[in-house]
Amino acid sequence: MFEYCADPSQLSGLTWASCYLTTGKHLAFYASFGTVLVLLAIIVPVALLFGFAGAAAARSHFAPLALLGKGYSAIVRGVPDIAFFLFFVIALDQIFEYIRHRIYCPDWTEPVRQGNDFVVCAAAKLPLSTSPQWVHEVYGFFLAVLTFAIVYGAFAAQVLYGAMRAVPRAQMETAEAYGMTRRQAFWRILVPQMWVYALPGLGNLWMILIKATPLLFLLGIEDIVYWARELGGTKQAKFTDYPHGDWRMLYFGALLIFYLMLTWVSEKVLNRLMRRLSHGQATAAGEAMRKAGA
Amino acid sequence: MSCLQTIGDYGLRAIGFGERLLPRTDFTLCQQFTLIGSGMIWNIYFGVLALAGGFFLATAVALGKSSRHWIVRKPSEWFIFVFRGSPLFIQFFFAYFAFLSLKSVSPLFDPLSAAWLGALIVLFLNTSAYTGEIFFGALRSIPKGDLEAADAYGFSGWARFRRIIWPTMLRLAWPAYTNEAIFLFHATTLVFFSGFPAWQQRGDALYYAKYFADKTFNPFIPYPILAMYFILLTLSVIATYGLINRYLNRHLPKEVRPRMRLRLNLIR
Repeated sequence: MFEYCADPSQLSGLTWASCYLTTGKHLAFYASFGTVLVLLAIIVPVALLFGFAGAAAARSHFAPLALLGKGYSAIVRGVPDIAFFLFFVIALDQIFEYIRHRIYCPDWTEPVRQGNDFVVCAAAKLPLSTSPQWVHEVYGFFLAVLTFAIVYGAFAAQVLYGAMRAVPRAQMETAEAYGMTRRQAFWRILVPQMWVYALPGLGNLWMILIKATPLLFLLGIEDIVYWARELGGTKQAKFTDYPHGDWRMLYFGALLIFYLMLTWVSEKVLNRLMRRLSHGQATAAGEAMRKAGA
Repeated sequence: MSCLQTIGDYGLRAIGFGERLLPRTDFTLCQQFTLIGSGMIWNIYFGVLALAGGFFLATAVALGKSSRHWIVRKPSEWFIFVFRGSPLFIQFFFAYFAFLSLKSVSPLFDPLSAAWLGALIVLFLNTSAYTGEIFFGALRSIPKGDLEAADAYGFSGWARFRRIIWPTMLRLAWPAYTNEAIFLFHATTLVFFSGFPAWQQRGDALYYAKYFADKTFNPFIPYPILAMYFILLTLSVIATYGLINRYLNRHLPKEVRPRMRLRLNLIR
Protein backbone atom coordinates (compact mmCIF):
# COMPACT_ATOMS: atom_id res chain seq x y z
CA MET A 1 0.00 0.00 0.00
CA PHE A 2 2.78 2.43 0.91
CA GLU A 3 5.62 3.42 -1.42
CA TYR A 4 8.31 1.83 0.72
CA CYS A 5 6.59 -1.54 0.71
CA ALA A 6 7.98 -2.51 -2.69
CA ASP A 7 10.55 -4.90 -1.23
CA PRO A 8 9.33 -6.19 2.14
CA SER A 9 12.36 -8.43 2.71
CA GLN A 10 14.46 -5.31 3.34
CA LEU A 11 12.10 -3.94 5.96
CA SER A 12 12.02 -4.57 9.67
CA GLY A 13 10.21 -3.50 12.80
CA LEU A 14 7.36 -1.03 12.54
CA THR A 15 7.74 -0.33 8.84
CA TRP A 16 7.47 -4.06 8.15
CA ALA A 17 4.38 -4.27 10.34
CA SER A 18 2.79 -1.27 8.63
CA CYS A 19 3.32 -2.93 5.25
CA TYR A 20 2.26 -6.36 6.48
CA LEU A 21 -0.95 -5.08 8.03
CA THR A 22 -2.00 -3.25 4.86
CA THR A 23 -1.66 -6.03 2.30
CA GLY A 24 -4.66 -6.69 0.11
CA LYS A 25 -5.61 -9.75 2.13
CA HIS A 26 -5.49 -7.80 5.35
CA LEU A 27 -7.75 -5.14 3.87
CA ALA A 28 -10.16 -7.95 2.97
CA PHE A 29 -9.87 -9.15 6.57
CA TYR A 30 -10.81 -5.70 7.86
CA ALA A 31 -13.67 -5.50 5.39
CA SER A 32 -15.01 -8.82 6.70
CA PHE A 33 -15.61 -7.15 10.09
CA GLY A 34 -17.95 -4.88 8.16
CA THR A 35 -19.54 -7.91 6.49
CA VAL A 36 -20.30 -9.40 9.88
CA LEU A 37 -21.85 -6.16 11.13
CA VAL A 38 -23.91 -5.75 7.94
CA LEU A 39 -25.16 -9.33 8.15
CA LEU A 40 -26.04 -8.72 11.79
CA ALA A 41 -28.00 -5.63 10.79
CA ILE A 42 -29.90 -7.61 8.14
CA ILE A 43 -30.49 -10.66 10.33
CA VAL A 44 -32.00 -8.77 13.27
CA PRO A 45 -35.13 -7.44 11.53
CA VAL A 46 -35.68 -10.68 9.60
CA ALA A 47 -35.31 -12.77 12.75
CA LEU A 48 -37.71 -10.42 14.55
CA LEU A 49 -40.20 -10.89 11.75
CA PHE A 50 -39.92 -14.68 12.01
CA GLY A 51 -40.22 -14.42 15.76
CA PHE A 52 -43.26 -12.20 15.52
CA ALA A 53 -44.95 -14.59 13.11
CA GLY A 54 -44.09 -17.53 15.39
CA ALA A 55 -45.43 -15.80 18.49
CA ALA A 56 -48.61 -14.69 16.72
CA ALA A 57 -49.12 -18.25 15.44
CA ALA A 58 -48.62 -19.68 18.94
CA ARG A 59 -51.45 -17.41 20.20
CA SER A 60 -53.78 -18.45 17.42
CA HIS A 61 -57.10 -20.15 18.22
CA PHE A 62 -56.69 -22.43 15.22
CA ALA A 63 -55.10 -25.49 16.84
CA PRO A 64 -52.69 -26.65 14.09
CA LEU A 65 -51.34 -23.13 13.68
CA ALA A 66 -50.86 -22.73 17.44
CA LEU A 67 -49.10 -26.09 17.56
CA LEU A 68 -46.85 -25.03 14.72
CA GLY A 69 -45.94 -21.78 16.48
CA LYS A 70 -45.26 -23.48 19.80
CA GLY A 71 -43.33 -26.32 18.21
CA TYR A 72 -41.20 -23.86 16.29
CA SER A 73 -40.03 -22.08 19.41
CA ALA A 74 -39.74 -25.25 21.47
CA ILE A 75 -37.53 -27.20 19.13
CA VAL A 76 -34.47 -24.95 19.48
CA ARG A 77 -34.57 -25.71 23.18
CA GLY A 78 -33.88 -29.36 22.59
CA VAL A 79 -31.51 -29.34 19.65
CA PRO A 80 -28.16 -27.53 19.31
CA ASP A 81 -28.37 -24.45 17.09
CA ILE A 82 -25.27 -25.42 15.14
CA ALA A 83 -27.03 -28.60 14.01
CA PHE A 84 -29.75 -26.38 12.57
CA PHE A 85 -27.18 -24.30 10.73
CA LEU A 86 -25.60 -27.28 9.06
CA PHE A 87 -29.03 -28.68 8.28
CA PHE A 88 -30.80 -25.62 6.92
CA VAL A 89 -28.04 -24.40 4.68
CA ILE A 90 -28.23 -27.58 2.58
CA ALA A 91 -31.90 -28.30 3.15
CA LEU A 92 -33.09 -24.84 2.08
CA ASP A 93 -30.96 -24.98 -1.04
CA GLN A 94 -32.37 -28.38 -1.97
CA ILE A 95 -35.94 -27.34 -1.22
CA PHE A 96 -35.63 -24.25 -3.43
CA GLU A 97 -34.07 -26.25 -6.25
CA TYR A 98 -36.69 -28.95 -5.96
CA ILE A 99 -39.55 -26.46 -6.19
CA ARG A 100 -37.99 -24.81 -9.22
CA HIS A 101 -37.36 -28.23 -10.69
CA ARG A 102 -41.04 -29.10 -10.46
CA ILE A 103 -42.00 -25.79 -12.06
CA TYR A 104 -39.44 -25.51 -14.86
CA CYS A 105 -39.00 -29.15 -15.83
CA PRO A 106 -42.41 -30.85 -15.46
CA ASP A 107 -41.59 -33.59 -17.98
CA TRP A 108 -38.47 -34.78 -16.17
CA THR A 109 -39.02 -38.43 -15.27
CA GLU A 110 -35.91 -39.47 -13.37
CA PRO A 111 -35.95 -39.23 -9.57
CA VAL A 112 -34.28 -36.23 -7.99
CA ARG A 113 -32.26 -38.32 -5.57
CA GLN A 114 -30.07 -40.77 -7.42
CA GLY A 115 -27.93 -42.67 -4.95
CA ASN A 116 -25.80 -40.06 -3.25
CA ASP A 117 -26.59 -37.29 -5.70
CA PHE A 118 -29.19 -34.62 -5.80
CA VAL A 119 -29.99 -34.03 -9.47
CA VAL A 120 -32.23 -31.31 -10.82
CA CYS A 121 -32.46 -30.08 -14.38
CA ALA A 122 -30.11 -27.29 -15.46
CA ALA A 123 -32.87 -24.68 -15.56
CA ALA A 124 -33.69 -25.32 -11.91
CA LYS A 125 -30.16 -24.85 -10.61
CA LEU A 126 -29.78 -22.10 -8.05
CA PRO A 127 -28.02 -19.93 -8.92
CA LEU A 128 -27.87 -20.78 -12.62
CA SER A 129 -24.46 -22.07 -13.64
CA THR A 130 -24.26 -19.27 -16.20
CA SER A 131 -24.80 -16.47 -13.70
CA PRO A 132 -21.86 -14.29 -12.67
CA GLN A 133 -19.82 -14.75 -9.51
CA TRP A 134 -21.59 -12.06 -7.50
CA VAL A 135 -24.92 -13.85 -7.88
CA HIS A 136 -23.39 -16.94 -6.27
CA GLU A 137 -22.07 -14.85 -3.40
CA VAL A 138 -25.36 -13.04 -2.87
CA TYR A 139 -27.19 -16.36 -2.90
CA GLY A 140 -24.77 -17.68 -0.27
CA PHE A 141 -25.43 -14.63 1.90
CA PHE A 142 -29.15 -15.01 1.37
CA LEU A 143 -29.10 -18.62 2.55
CA ALA A 144 -26.98 -17.69 5.57
CA VAL A 145 -29.29 -14.85 6.56
CA LEU A 146 -32.37 -17.04 6.12
CA THR A 147 -30.81 -19.82 8.22
CA PHE A 148 -29.89 -17.40 10.97
CA ALA A 149 -33.32 -15.81 10.87
CA ILE A 150 -35.09 -19.17 11.14
CA VAL A 151 -32.98 -20.36 14.07
CA TYR A 152 -32.87 -17.10 16.04
CA GLY A 153 -36.42 -16.26 15.04
CA ALA A 154 -37.39 -19.18 17.25
CA PHE A 155 -35.65 -17.50 20.18
CA ALA A 156 -37.36 -14.22 19.32
CA ALA A 157 -40.71 -16.04 19.11
CA GLN A 158 -40.25 -17.22 22.66
CA VAL A 159 -39.37 -13.74 23.90
CA LEU A 160 -42.29 -12.10 22.08
CA TYR A 161 -44.75 -14.80 23.12
CA GLY A 162 -43.78 -14.18 26.74
CA ALA A 163 -44.11 -10.43 26.24
CA MET A 164 -47.57 -10.81 24.71
CA ARG A 165 -48.65 -12.80 27.74
CA ALA A 166 -47.19 -10.18 30.07
CA VAL A 167 -49.49 -7.45 28.77
CA PRO A 168 -52.15 -7.10 31.51
CA ARG A 169 -55.23 -9.14 30.73
CA ALA A 170 -57.44 -6.19 31.64
CA GLN A 171 -56.18 -4.30 28.62
CA MET A 172 -57.47 -6.99 26.28
CA GLU A 173 -60.73 -7.26 28.17
CA THR A 174 -61.23 -3.53 27.82
CA ALA A 175 -60.61 -3.84 24.10
CA GLU A 176 -63.27 -6.56 23.90
CA ALA A 177 -65.63 -4.40 25.93
CA TYR A 178 -65.21 -1.66 23.36
CA GLY A 179 -66.29 -4.13 20.71
CA MET A 180 -62.95 -4.61 19.00
CA THR A 181 -62.47 -7.79 17.03
CA ARG A 182 -59.61 -10.12 17.96
CA ARG A 183 -57.57 -8.79 15.09
CA GLN A 184 -58.14 -5.16 16.06
CA ALA A 185 -57.34 -5.83 19.70
CA PHE A 186 -54.16 -7.63 18.68
CA TRP A 187 -52.83 -4.86 16.46
CA ARG A 188 -54.08 -1.83 18.38
CA ILE A 189 -53.75 -2.93 22.02
CA LEU A 190 -51.42 -5.88 22.37
CA VAL A 191 -48.67 -5.11 19.88
CA PRO A 192 -48.00 -1.49 20.93
CA GLN A 193 -47.82 -2.45 24.60
CA MET A 194 -45.77 -5.61 24.45
CA TRP A 195 -42.42 -4.04 23.55
CA VAL A 196 -41.68 -2.79 27.05
CA TYR A 197 -41.97 -6.34 28.32
CA ALA A 198 -40.03 -7.76 25.41
CA LEU A 199 -37.04 -5.47 25.70
CA PRO A 200 -34.96 -7.34 28.28
CA GLY A 201 -35.43 -10.55 26.32
CA LEU A 202 -34.64 -8.88 23.03
CA GLY A 203 -31.52 -7.38 24.55
CA ASN A 204 -30.48 -10.89 25.50
CA LEU A 205 -31.25 -12.05 21.99
CA TRP A 206 -29.00 -9.35 20.57
CA MET A 207 -26.14 -10.62 22.75
CA ILE A 208 -26.88 -14.17 21.61
CA LEU A 209 -26.81 -13.07 17.99
CA ILE A 210 -23.50 -11.25 18.39
CA LYS A 211 -21.98 -14.38 19.86
CA ALA A 212 -23.46 -16.51 17.08
CA THR A 213 -21.91 -14.51 14.22
CA PRO A 214 -18.69 -16.56 14.08
CA LEU A 215 -20.90 -19.50 13.09
CA LEU A 216 -21.29 -17.79 9.71
CA PHE A 217 -17.95 -19.41 9.00
CA LEU A 218 -19.64 -22.82 9.10
CA LEU A 219 -22.09 -21.63 6.43
CA GLY A 220 -19.25 -20.96 4.04
CA ILE A 221 -19.15 -17.17 4.34
CA GLU A 222 -15.69 -15.61 4.11
CA ASP A 223 -16.04 -13.95 7.49
CA ILE A 224 -13.53 -12.92 10.14
CA VAL A 225 -12.95 -16.49 11.31
CA TYR A 226 -12.12 -17.56 7.76
CA TRP A 227 -9.63 -14.72 7.31
CA ALA A 228 -8.07 -15.18 10.75
CA ARG A 229 -7.34 -18.82 9.90
CA GLU A 230 -6.16 -17.89 6.45
CA LEU A 231 -3.85 -15.04 7.44
CA GLY A 232 -2.58 -16.50 10.70
CA GLY A 233 -1.32 -19.79 9.28
CA THR A 234 2.39 -20.31 8.73
CA LYS A 235 3.61 -18.55 5.59
CA GLN A 236 6.71 -19.76 3.73
CA ALA A 237 9.00 -17.29 1.99
CA LYS A 238 8.32 -19.13 -1.27
CA PHE A 239 4.65 -18.14 -1.41
CA THR A 240 4.54 -14.71 0.15
CA ASP A 241 6.58 -11.56 0.63
CA TYR A 242 5.80 -11.62 4.32
CA PRO A 243 6.89 -14.99 5.73
CA HIS A 244 5.97 -15.66 9.36
CA GLY A 245 5.30 -18.51 11.76
CA ASP A 246 1.98 -19.74 13.07
CA TRP A 247 0.26 -16.56 14.20
CA ARG A 248 -3.27 -17.90 14.38
CA MET A 249 -3.32 -17.52 18.15
CA LEU A 250 -2.67 -13.80 17.78
CA TYR A 251 -5.36 -13.40 15.14
CA PHE A 252 -7.92 -15.24 17.23
CA GLY A 253 -6.81 -13.21 20.23
CA ALA A 254 -7.66 -10.10 18.22
CA LEU A 255 -11.09 -11.55 17.36
CA LEU A 256 -11.66 -12.32 21.03
CA ILE A 257 -10.96 -8.69 21.90
CA PHE A 258 -13.20 -7.48 19.06
CA TYR A 259 -16.12 -9.53 20.40
CA LEU A 260 -15.45 -8.49 24.00
CA MET A 261 -15.59 -4.85 22.94
CA LEU A 262 -18.76 -5.42 20.93
CA THR A 263 -20.58 -7.09 23.82
CA TRP A 264 -19.25 -4.50 26.28
CA VAL A 265 -20.56 -1.61 24.20
CA SER A 266 -23.89 -3.41 23.63
CA GLU A 267 -24.27 -4.00 27.32
CA LYS A 268 -23.73 -0.31 28.09
CA VAL A 269 -26.20 0.79 25.41
CA LEU A 270 -28.82 -1.75 26.49
CA ASN A 271 -28.48 -0.72 30.13
CA ARG A 272 -28.97 2.89 29.20
CA LEU A 273 -31.98 2.02 27.03
CA MET A 274 -33.49 -0.01 29.85
CA ARG A 275 -33.02 2.91 32.26
CA ARG A 276 -34.66 5.24 29.80
CA LEU A 277 -37.63 2.91 29.34
CA SER A 278 -38.00 2.07 33.03
CA HIS A 279 -38.10 5.75 33.94
CA GLY A 280 -41.50 6.47 35.41
CA GLN A 281 -42.80 2.94 34.79
CA ALA A 282 -44.74 1.13 37.46
CA THR A 283 -42.18 -1.66 37.62
CA ALA A 284 -39.58 -2.65 40.22
CA ALA A 285 -36.82 -0.98 38.23
CA GLY A 286 -38.82 2.21 37.80
CA GLU A 287 -39.65 2.25 41.51
CA ALA A 288 -35.97 1.82 42.42
CA MET A 289 -35.06 4.77 40.17
CA ARG A 290 -37.73 6.92 41.75
CA LYS A 291 -36.42 6.13 45.24
CA ALA A 292 -32.82 6.76 44.23
CA GLY A 293 -33.78 10.11 42.77
CA ALA A 294 -35.84 11.26 45.73
CA MET B 1 -25.37 -57.15 7.17
CA SER B 2 -27.79 -57.25 10.04
CA CYS B 3 -28.39 -54.28 12.24
CA LEU B 4 -27.10 -56.03 15.35
CA GLN B 5 -23.81 -56.60 13.62
CA THR B 6 -23.64 -52.93 12.66
CA ILE B 7 -24.21 -51.96 16.25
CA GLY B 8 -21.43 -54.32 17.29
CA ASP B 9 -19.08 -52.81 14.71
CA TYR B 10 -19.85 -49.14 15.18
CA GLY B 11 -21.50 -48.82 18.60
CA LEU B 12 -18.27 -47.73 20.25
CA ARG B 13 -16.57 -46.39 17.12
CA ALA B 14 -16.37 -42.87 18.56
CA ILE B 15 -13.97 -44.00 21.27
CA GLY B 16 -11.96 -46.23 19.01
CA PHE B 17 -13.41 -49.73 19.41
CA GLY B 18 -14.82 -51.84 16.62
CA GLU B 19 -14.57 -51.36 12.88
CA ARG B 20 -11.83 -48.93 11.87
CA LEU B 21 -13.25 -47.77 8.52
CA LEU B 22 -16.41 -45.73 8.42
CA PRO B 23 -19.05 -46.89 5.94
CA ARG B 24 -18.43 -45.34 2.55
CA THR B 25 -21.27 -46.40 0.30
CA ASP B 26 -24.78 -47.81 0.66
CA PHE B 27 -25.48 -46.11 3.95
CA THR B 28 -28.24 -47.81 5.89
CA LEU B 29 -30.48 -46.14 8.43
CA CYS B 30 -29.07 -48.49 11.03
CA GLN B 31 -25.53 -47.31 10.37
CA GLN B 32 -26.58 -43.70 10.73
CA PHE B 33 -28.42 -44.35 13.99
CA THR B 34 -25.53 -46.34 15.41
CA LEU B 35 -22.68 -44.02 14.48
CA ILE B 36 -24.45 -40.81 15.48
CA GLY B 37 -25.46 -42.48 18.73
CA SER B 38 -21.89 -43.58 19.28
CA GLY B 39 -20.79 -39.96 18.79
CA MET B 40 -23.11 -38.96 21.63
CA ILE B 41 -20.57 -40.59 23.97
CA TRP B 42 -18.31 -37.60 23.42
CA ASN B 43 -21.11 -35.06 23.93
CA ILE B 44 -22.01 -36.70 27.21
CA TYR B 45 -18.36 -37.00 28.25
CA PHE B 46 -17.66 -33.31 27.65
CA GLY B 47 -20.93 -32.14 29.15
CA VAL B 48 -20.84 -34.25 32.32
CA LEU B 49 -17.20 -33.60 33.19
CA ALA B 50 -17.35 -29.86 32.41
CA LEU B 51 -20.51 -29.49 34.50
CA ALA B 52 -19.11 -31.49 37.40
CA GLY B 53 -15.88 -29.49 37.54
CA GLY B 54 -17.51 -26.21 36.62
CA PHE B 55 -19.89 -26.43 39.57
CA PHE B 56 -17.09 -25.98 42.08
CA LEU B 57 -15.17 -23.30 40.20
CA ALA B 58 -18.45 -21.47 39.65
CA THR B 59 -19.15 -21.43 43.39
CA ALA B 60 -15.68 -20.03 43.98
CA VAL B 61 -16.07 -17.42 41.24
CA ALA B 62 -19.48 -16.35 42.52
CA LEU B 63 -18.12 -15.95 46.04
CA GLY B 64 -15.15 -14.07 44.59
CA LYS B 65 -17.37 -11.69 42.66
CA SER B 66 -19.38 -10.88 45.77
CA SER B 67 -16.26 -10.44 47.86
CA ARG B 68 -15.56 -7.10 49.52
CA HIS B 69 -11.88 -7.15 48.63
CA TRP B 70 -11.18 -5.87 45.18
CA ILE B 71 -8.14 -8.11 44.80
CA VAL B 72 -10.49 -11.11 44.82
CA ARG B 73 -13.43 -9.39 43.16
CA LYS B 74 -11.71 -7.95 40.11
CA PRO B 75 -10.21 -11.23 38.80
CA SER B 76 -13.58 -12.96 39.24
CA GLU B 77 -15.38 -10.18 37.41
CA TRP B 78 -12.88 -10.29 34.57
CA PHE B 79 -13.03 -14.06 34.34
CA ILE B 80 -16.81 -13.92 33.98
CA PHE B 81 -16.68 -11.02 31.54
CA VAL B 82 -14.12 -12.64 29.24
CA PHE B 83 -15.89 -15.97 29.02
CA ARG B 84 -19.42 -14.62 28.83
CA GLY B 85 -18.58 -11.72 26.56
CA SER B 86 -16.98 -13.67 23.73
CA PRO B 87 -18.31 -16.47 21.54
CA LEU B 88 -17.44 -19.99 22.62
CA PHE B 89 -16.48 -20.73 19.02
CA ILE B 90 -13.70 -18.11 19.13
CA GLN B 91 -12.64 -19.31 22.58
CA PHE B 92 -12.17 -22.80 21.18
CA PHE B 93 -10.09 -21.56 18.26
CA PHE B 94 -7.97 -19.31 20.45
CA ALA B 95 -7.37 -22.03 23.03
CA TYR B 96 -6.53 -24.61 20.40
CA PHE B 97 -3.88 -22.44 18.77
CA ALA B 98 -2.57 -21.39 22.18
CA PHE B 99 -2.23 -25.05 23.13
CA LEU B 100 -0.52 -25.77 19.81
CA SER B 101 2.13 -23.17 20.54
CA LEU B 102 2.57 -24.56 24.06
CA LYS B 103 3.30 -27.90 22.45
CA SER B 104 6.65 -26.65 21.19
CA VAL B 105 7.62 -25.61 24.72
CA SER B 106 7.44 -29.05 26.27
CA PRO B 107 5.98 -32.45 25.30
CA LEU B 108 4.21 -32.26 28.64
CA PHE B 109 1.58 -30.09 26.96
CA ASP B 110 0.89 -32.54 24.12
CA PRO B 111 -2.49 -33.80 25.38
CA LEU B 112 -3.77 -30.21 25.59
CA SER B 113 -4.08 -29.96 21.83
CA ALA B 114 -6.24 -33.09 21.72
CA ALA B 115 -9.96 -32.60 22.04
CA TRP B 116 -10.48 -34.87 25.04
CA LEU B 117 -8.45 -32.56 27.29
CA GLY B 118 -8.11 -29.21 25.51
CA ALA B 119 -11.75 -28.77 24.61
CA LEU B 120 -12.77 -30.08 28.02
CA ILE B 121 -10.73 -27.33 29.69
CA VAL B 122 -12.34 -24.63 27.54
CA LEU B 123 -15.83 -25.97 28.23
CA PHE B 124 -15.04 -26.25 31.92
CA LEU B 125 -13.89 -22.61 32.15
CA ASN B 126 -16.78 -21.44 29.99
CA THR B 127 -19.48 -23.12 32.03
CA SER B 128 -17.78 -21.96 35.23
CA ALA B 129 -18.15 -18.36 34.07
CA TYR B 130 -21.81 -18.72 33.03
CA THR B 131 -22.72 -20.68 36.16
CA GLY B 132 -20.67 -18.30 38.29
CA GLU B 133 -22.81 -15.42 37.07
CA ILE B 134 -25.99 -17.38 37.86
CA PHE B 135 -24.72 -18.25 41.34
CA PHE B 136 -23.65 -14.65 41.89
CA GLY B 137 -27.16 -13.46 41.06
CA ALA B 138 -28.56 -16.07 43.46
CA LEU B 139 -26.15 -15.01 46.22
CA ARG B 140 -27.37 -11.44 45.88
CA SER B 141 -31.00 -12.46 46.14
CA ILE B 142 -30.70 -14.56 49.30
CA PRO B 143 -33.41 -13.15 51.57
CA LYS B 144 -31.99 -10.80 54.20
CA GLY B 145 -34.06 -12.59 56.84
CA ASP B 146 -32.20 -15.87 56.28
CA LEU B 147 -28.86 -14.22 56.96
CA GLU B 148 -30.17 -12.39 60.02
CA ALA B 149 -31.60 -15.64 61.34
CA ALA B 150 -28.21 -17.31 60.81
CA ASP B 151 -26.55 -14.51 62.76
CA ALA B 152 -29.12 -14.79 65.52
CA TYR B 153 -28.40 -18.50 65.86
CA GLY B 154 -24.71 -17.76 66.19
CA PHE B 155 -23.65 -19.19 62.83
CA SER B 156 -20.46 -17.74 61.46
CA GLY B 157 -17.71 -18.43 58.96
CA TRP B 158 -17.71 -21.83 57.30
CA ALA B 159 -20.77 -23.16 59.13
CA ARG B 160 -22.79 -20.10 58.06
CA PHE B 161 -21.78 -20.66 54.45
CA ARG B 162 -22.22 -24.42 54.42
CA ARG B 163 -25.55 -24.57 56.29
CA ILE B 164 -27.29 -21.36 55.25
CA ILE B 165 -25.82 -19.45 52.31
CA TRP B 166 -24.83 -22.29 49.99
CA PRO B 167 -28.08 -24.31 50.10
CA THR B 168 -30.17 -21.18 49.65
CA MET B 169 -28.00 -20.07 46.75
CA LEU B 170 -28.40 -23.45 45.06
CA ARG B 171 -32.16 -23.43 45.55
CA LEU B 172 -32.49 -20.00 44.00
CA ALA B 173 -30.07 -20.71 41.16
CA TRP B 174 -31.30 -24.17 40.24
CA PRO B 175 -33.82 -23.37 37.45
CA ALA B 176 -31.34 -21.13 35.65
CA TYR B 177 -28.58 -23.64 36.24
CA THR B 178 -30.68 -26.34 34.58
CA ASN B 179 -30.91 -24.13 31.54
CA GLU B 180 -27.17 -23.61 31.55
CA ALA B 181 -26.63 -27.37 31.69
CA ILE B 182 -28.87 -27.91 28.66
CA PHE B 183 -27.01 -25.32 26.64
CA LEU B 184 -23.66 -26.66 27.73
CA PHE B 185 -24.59 -30.02 26.24
CA HIS B 186 -25.58 -28.21 23.05
CA ALA B 187 -22.29 -26.36 23.06
CA THR B 188 -20.34 -29.61 23.10
CA THR B 189 -21.26 -30.05 19.42
CA LEU B 190 -18.94 -27.15 18.55
CA VAL B 191 -15.79 -28.95 19.66
CA PHE B 192 -14.92 -30.74 16.44
CA PHE B 193 -15.78 -27.75 14.25
CA SER B 194 -13.36 -25.40 15.92
CA GLY B 195 -9.85 -26.55 15.28
CA PHE B 196 -9.69 -29.55 17.56
CA PRO B 197 -9.07 -32.51 15.24
CA ALA B 198 -11.17 -35.65 15.38
CA TRP B 199 -8.33 -38.13 15.67
CA GLN B 200 -8.93 -41.26 13.55
CA GLN B 201 -12.40 -39.93 12.80
CA ARG B 202 -13.44 -40.34 16.41
CA GLY B 203 -15.88 -37.48 16.60
CA ASP B 204 -19.01 -36.43 18.35
CA ALA B 205 -22.59 -36.88 17.19
CA LEU B 206 -22.64 -33.79 14.98
CA TYR B 207 -19.35 -34.81 13.41
CA TYR B 208 -20.87 -38.09 12.25
CA ALA B 209 -24.15 -36.45 11.23
CA LYS B 210 -22.19 -34.05 9.04
CA TYR B 211 -20.17 -36.95 7.69
CA PHE B 212 -23.35 -38.67 6.50
CA ALA B 213 -24.89 -35.45 5.21
CA ASP B 214 -21.76 -34.71 3.19
CA LYS B 215 -21.51 -38.22 1.79
CA THR B 216 -25.16 -38.72 0.89
CA PHE B 217 -25.87 -35.05 0.15
CA ASN B 218 -29.12 -35.65 1.99
CA PRO B 219 -29.49 -33.63 5.20
CA PHE B 220 -33.00 -34.88 5.85
CA ILE B 221 -31.95 -38.16 7.50
CA PRO B 222 -28.83 -37.65 9.67
CA TYR B 223 -29.82 -34.31 11.23
CA PRO B 224 -33.26 -35.43 12.41
CA ILE B 225 -31.57 -38.49 13.94
CA LEU B 226 -29.18 -36.16 15.73
CA ALA B 227 -32.09 -33.98 16.82
CA MET B 228 -33.84 -37.02 18.27
CA TYR B 229 -30.77 -37.99 20.30
CA PHE B 230 -30.39 -34.45 21.58
CA ILE B 231 -34.02 -34.12 22.56
CA LEU B 232 -33.63 -37.35 24.55
CA LEU B 233 -30.48 -35.95 26.15
CA THR B 234 -32.20 -32.66 26.98
CA LEU B 235 -35.14 -34.48 28.52
CA SER B 236 -32.85 -36.59 30.69
CA VAL B 237 -30.94 -33.48 31.79
CA ILE B 238 -34.24 -31.86 32.76
CA ALA B 239 -35.31 -35.02 34.62
CA THR B 240 -32.01 -35.29 36.53
CA TYR B 241 -31.96 -31.63 37.49
CA GLY B 242 -35.62 -31.85 38.42
CA LEU B 243 -34.81 -34.66 40.87
CA ILE B 244 -32.03 -32.59 42.42
CA ASN B 245 -34.36 -29.61 42.57
CA ARG B 246 -36.85 -31.73 44.47
CA TYR B 247 -34.12 -32.79 46.87
CA LEU B 248 -33.02 -29.20 47.43
CA ASN B 249 -36.56 -28.14 48.25
CA ARG B 250 -37.48 -31.25 50.24
CA HIS B 251 -38.23 -29.18 53.37
CA LEU B 252 -41.07 -27.37 51.63
CA PRO B 253 -44.61 -28.70 51.32
CA LYS B 254 -45.33 -29.88 47.81
CA GLU B 255 -47.61 -27.00 46.82
CA VAL B 256 -45.11 -24.20 47.47
CA ARG B 257 -42.10 -25.85 45.86
CA PRO B 258 -40.85 -23.65 43.07
CA ARG B 259 -41.76 -25.13 39.74
CA MET B 260 -38.97 -25.55 37.27
CA ARG B 261 -39.46 -22.96 34.58
CA LEU B 262 -37.19 -23.22 31.64
CA ARG B 263 -36.28 -20.07 29.88
CA LEU B 264 -33.88 -19.40 27.10
CA ASN B 265 -31.96 -16.61 28.69
CA LEU B 266 -28.54 -18.11 28.49
CA ILE B 267 -26.62 -19.32 25.54
CA ARG B 268 -23.16 -18.96 24.25
